[in-house]
Amino acid sequence: MTQTQTISLTINGEAVTATVPVRSNLVDFLRNDLGLTGSHVGCEHGVCGACTLEVDGAMIRGCLMLAVQADGATVTTVEGLADSPRGQALRDAFHRRNALQCGYCTPGMLASALEYVEAGRPADRAAIREHISGNYCRCTGYQAVVDAICDLIGQGAKA
Amino acid sequence: MNEPLHIFDRPNSYIGRSVPRPDARRLLEGRGKFVDDLQLPRMLHAAFLRSAHSHARIDGFDLDAARAMPGVVAIYTGKDFADHVTPYVGTLTHLAGLRSAPQMPMAMDVARWQGEPIAMVVAQSRAEAEDAVAMIDADLHPLDAACDTESALDADTPVIHEAFGSNLAWERLVEAGDVDAVFSRNDVTVIKRTFRFGRHTGVTLEPRASVVEYDPSENRLTYWYSGQAPHMMQAILAKHLDLPEENVRVVAHDVGGSFGIKIHTYGDDIATAVAAKLLKRPVKFVADRHESFVSDIHARDHVVTGRIAVTADGTIEALDFDDLTGIGPYSMYPRTSAIECNQVLNLTGAPYKLRNYRARGRVVFQNKNLMCQYRAVGHPIAMAVADGLVDEAAAAIGVDPAEIRRRNLVPDDTYPCVSASGMKFDDLSHEKTLDRLISEMRYDDLRADQATCREKGVYRGIGLVSMVEVANPSPMFYGIGGAPISAQDGATVRLDAGGALHVSSSITEQGQGTNTILAQIAAEVFGVDMDRVKVTTGDTDNVPYGGGTWASRGAGIGGEAMLLASKALKDQVLDVAGILLQSESESLDIRSGSVVDADSGAERISLRDLARTVYYRGNELPSDVKPELIATRHYRVTDFPFVFTNSAMAAHVEVDVESGFVRVLHFWAVEDCGRVINPQLVDEQIRGGVVQGIGGALYEECVYSEDGQLLNATMADYLVPMAGEMPDISVFHVETPTKTSVLGAKGAGEAGTGGAPAAVMNAVNDALRPLGASIFQMPMSPERILKALGKV
Repeated sequence: MTQTQTISLTINGEAVTATVPVRSNLVDFLRNDLGLTGSHVGCEHGVCGACTLEVDGAMIRGCLMLAVQADGATVTTVEGLADSPRGQALRDAFHRRNALQCGYCTPGMLASALEYVEAGRPADRAAIREHISGNYCRCTGYQAVVDAICDLIGQGAKA
Repeated sequence: MNEPLHIFDRPNSYIGRSVPRPDARRLLEGRGKFVDDLQLPRMLHAAFLRSAHSHARIDGFDLDAARAMPGVVAIYTGKDFADHVTPYVGTLTHLAGLRSAPQMPMAMDVARWQGEPIAMVVAQSRAEAEDAVAMIDADLHPLDAACDTESALDADTPVIHEAFGSNLAWERLVEAGDVDAVFSRNDVTVIKRTFRFGRHTGVTLEPRASVVEYDPSENRLTYWYSGQAPHMMQAILAKHLDLPEENVRVVAHDVGGSFGIKIHTYGDDIATAVAAKLLKRPVKFVADRHESFVSDIHARDHVVTGRIAVTADGTIEALDFDDLTGIGPYSMYPRTSAIECNQVLNLTGAPYKLRNYRARGRVVFQNKNLMCQYRAVGHPIAMAVADGLVDEAAAAIGVDPAEIRRRNLVPDDTYPCVSASGMKFDDLSHEKTLDRLISEMRYDDLRADQATCREKGVYRGIGLVSMVEVANPSPMFYGIGGAPISAQDGATVRLDAGGALHVSSSITEQGQGTNTILAQIAAEVFGVDMDRVKVTTGDTDNVPYGGGTWASRGAGIGGEAMLLASKALKDQVLDVAGILLQSESESLDIRSGSVVDADSGAERISLRDLARTVYYRGNELPSDVKPELIATRHYRVTDFPFVFTNSAMAAHVEVDVESGFVRVLHFWAVEDCGRVINPQLVDEQIRGGVVQGIGGALYEECVYSEDGQLLNATMADYLVPMAGEMPDISVFHVETPTKTSVLGAKGAGEAGTGGAPAAVMNAVNDALRPLGASIFQMPMSPERILKALGKV
């Protein structure tokens, strides 16, 4: 059985080639091999949403995808977003509304919120609540997160 | 002459303002520093074999196959640590009679709960450590288990610690007045109910984690951990690993949720420290989610049978109850697992004028994971029992729930006073908070809506709770009983050469905004812009000695220390300024980073110039002037065991009587936490707390089989509140500053979790009442609601 495989992918705009254990999931590869510790691990079975990140334009669970499955893919993590204007208005709205406390869910929560806002969806509290219901937050009670997303959409601003 | 500016009415006014958290930006950009983010040279990774049985004799291990696995550096079983760590016992002397057995990081001869660590692999990676754990052949002989709380004291139940002769860990009786006489009167209505509170747990999104580095050249241990009480952990590690206390450094950077879970002593964490010391290499342990469910402390697990006696006009004459709590096989070290029961005995019915009171508590051992202090310790039980009985009594005598509270709440003008259980109360506002609640929630309109809905077959309910919350504990909480837990906190404020403040504090940040409010207080009291205040917390090498953040004590105790230190430094700086400027220091003030003339506000010297003069050009100062541009102050609560807060809360729910699902439509909280330092942060503490309380009331339960297997130890199976189920929560304040401090802040971290379960339970029962059904068991799952309705 092959224990490792070499993959090439684009992560936050940088070309990366690495040899990874085939059993390693994407988020462990990003965190442990590349030092991209912004993506967090909460449950390792796709429930909590802390590891949500973008692969080829889709928001996915970093714990449910093997690193080898990302071969050839374009990956954007919270660090990549922070280095670009994308999501800046959303981060500002989160900051203003204190839509985070401990910050552990935040990278995943931002990714899901960004997905909602970039899809052009409305400032509908129930729809936003439904959309972020795959992202567990133990601190805020979610209201501030909903407020932040509503603020941003209400301003007609780009995320 | 102008009136002197009040300490809270100054140009750099931050106290009372919703200042955004400066350190939240970091977290939004993926720049957090959580323990698992830390990578050290030569670092190894730990994984544990945990007992698969709730009670089993350990007959031995075959480790050969495990040792042969790739990447394995060391394997330890419980006995391997016998000479390297001393046992710990979770008792405190002020909880008279409390007993518990010595614990070691990993079980030695007998495992006493499913999930107890019994062996440890240290390997090059976590994955390799887990691979080797799977190859350990443990010879475990299952023993009869005592899992059920209610039968724990029965004669035929196995005794978990033979030497004790029974599974009783602690008992206490509180009595005031003549309860029996009241219940035998014929002019009172007596209501009796049994309440059951399931086990739930904190489910911090970041699991418990530690990285431990040992440097033998200096005999120095550094412990990075995700926790709330660095100095407590320093004392514990030093004591049990035989290290000088000063050689142990405990660092807590970002903490991904804590809620009381990360304030205890866990065997796997201690084992990680022992392994690091033995191997002389850094070792990391990060619990996975399954390990979290089976080893993070659980909370609640109470059965309470209570009765209340009320007169026809709704006056509460007596309250009498019996609380039985299951705590697992040990009392948790060092805070003990009797505190929650003790809080229930102390706090039940505390908001009400009550002279005749009897509360019996018994704490029992069982073969389940340990139960200990989690957010709002004891409060959900105390409030649900008292306010549940109050609502049942109100219904029985035909008095509105709001009205029965008005008739019985301790009036706002009668403080200070002492409760039936002996709690000293001051500066509370039960009447004002209830009045505000009723007005803000439009109580009468909701009652009208309820009646209209019922005609359509829609069952809505309104539930109220009036509560007290323990905050700002004095040394009477833990220190008096012998725990290495500081009730006082320190703050240091230093003026740097650039004219900025560097402040440090012994309270800790877990996302609630500790660092922000410390900066707000220092900036305002000293007189600089807030962005010139840099804050250090969470490092025993670099902060004053103190307790940390728990028991809603950070703002009230740590905040007061920061206020005192900032005021002291201000006075010191003005003394230097007076000499430099040849002015009376009393005529000067510090505003926006400059020493100014107090009357005119005209700048006399910038803090930067003053500091540079002192630090670089001391030759310009008279030689007998020895400036100190640093000040440290400590603060503890002295006149009261606790500084209580109070609130009134309400839930509005709709019960689907066909499916049993409960939807919380809205929630209101009127909180009196004294002076509000940052309204946004306080509101968010209340909201987050309410949601955890709703979780306990409706969803969260650690479900055990009869033989002590935790059946739902995954996030998919253990239900926590998600955004889609949660209501918007309206938060309001009544501000009655505590007279125990200048700052006047009490605490706000736990009120929501303490009060929400009672409000939700009362609302559900209000909805079910026309159907003749009721429920007094949490979580109020759809199945249990349908059972209450007689439908399943």
